[in-house]
Amino acid sequence: MSADRLRYVYAVTRPFDGVLPEGVQGIDGEPPRLLRHGDLIAVTGAVPAEDFDEAPLRARLEDLDWLAATARAHDAVVAALSTVTCPLPLRLATVCRDDSGVRRLLEEGHERFVRALQRLDGRVEWGVKVYAEPGAGAGAEDAPPAAPGAGGSGRDYLRRRLEARRSREGDWERADALCRRLHAELSGLAEAATVHRPQDARLSGAAGVNVLNAAYLVDRTRSQGFVELVEAVSEPGVRVELTGPWAPYSFAGIAEEGPVESDAVAAGTREAGR
Amino acid sequence: MTIPAPPPAPAPLAERRIALVDLLDRLLAGGVVLSGDLTLRIADVDLVRVDLKALISSVGENVGSPWEGET
Repeated sequence: MSADRLRYVYAVTRPFDGVLPEGVQGIDGEPPRLLRHGDLIAVTGAVPAEDFDEAPLRARLEDLDWLAATARAHDAVVAALSTVTCPLPLRLATVCRDDSGVRRLLEEGHERFVRALQRLDGRVEWGVKVYAEPGAGAGAEDAPPAAPGAGGSGRDYLRRRLEARRSREGDWERADALCRRLHAELSGLAEAATVHRPQDARLSGAAGVNVLNAAYLVDRTRSQGFVELVEAVSEPGVRVELTGPWAPYSFAGIAEEGPVESDAVAAGTREAGR
Repeated sequence: MTIPAPPPAPAPLAERRIALVDLLDRLLAGGVVLSGDLTLRIADVDLVRVDLKALISSVGENVGSPWEGET
């Protein structure tokens, strides 16, 4: 039976004192197990080989329902760990054959894990997304477009159209300026910042156009100020969304490198605006 | 007056129901990527393609575009 169970590894941590919240379930509904090797702990769970062996896994990753359930279970375990320690999350679907494979993983990556854990200790990740909603502001303030036949000459109509277009262009410029200003301010409070690809509205279902999709690594003690700064943003035609606190997913892989250049923001904004 | 104990919360994690796209931004692009005797070198998989393919095919079926009129 154990032959067709593989070892999924959610995260690596240092030994910790607290207890995981009760009822935490990983993939397959099983509570995560802690496997200690030296001064590191791998947080693992048994998963079926029929899903997680190489070939099925490749196929499963393209099944959205499966991907979503797996991602949520992975995050549930990492979030639970975050209540007791500062975990180093691993990439989705990191799977070893057995416990000795997990031990080798800890052994071989030891130095890298220790360095990353040190760098991420006491820090959380916040996600900040900025959406441009061109025309939304203007539509709310100005009179709604006149109903057909409600009067007004053709010239008035053209003037209104022109104003609406200018207003939309102004919205784009405001969104762009806000992204730059906000990203600079938030980066100032953060240990590191990175920019994800803007989200496609078809996938997120969010209104507006996502022009900034950034993540910030912030010390827990500075998080309140960070959140207040984000929540204070108010700009017509622009919507700002905060997510988190997350375990430092976006900073685990680049834990050994310096902060990401903030130039990427400008490029991302331009691209999204197309 | 006694109120029966509320039934167990339907989903304890409901309050932190996270948008799948936000989660996938982090889980498919973030996290430590390891090599070793893993079943699948996840870095080898073209995850950008995976997530977009999976998501778009699912979106295509049941979500009409609310932005059709947009120019």
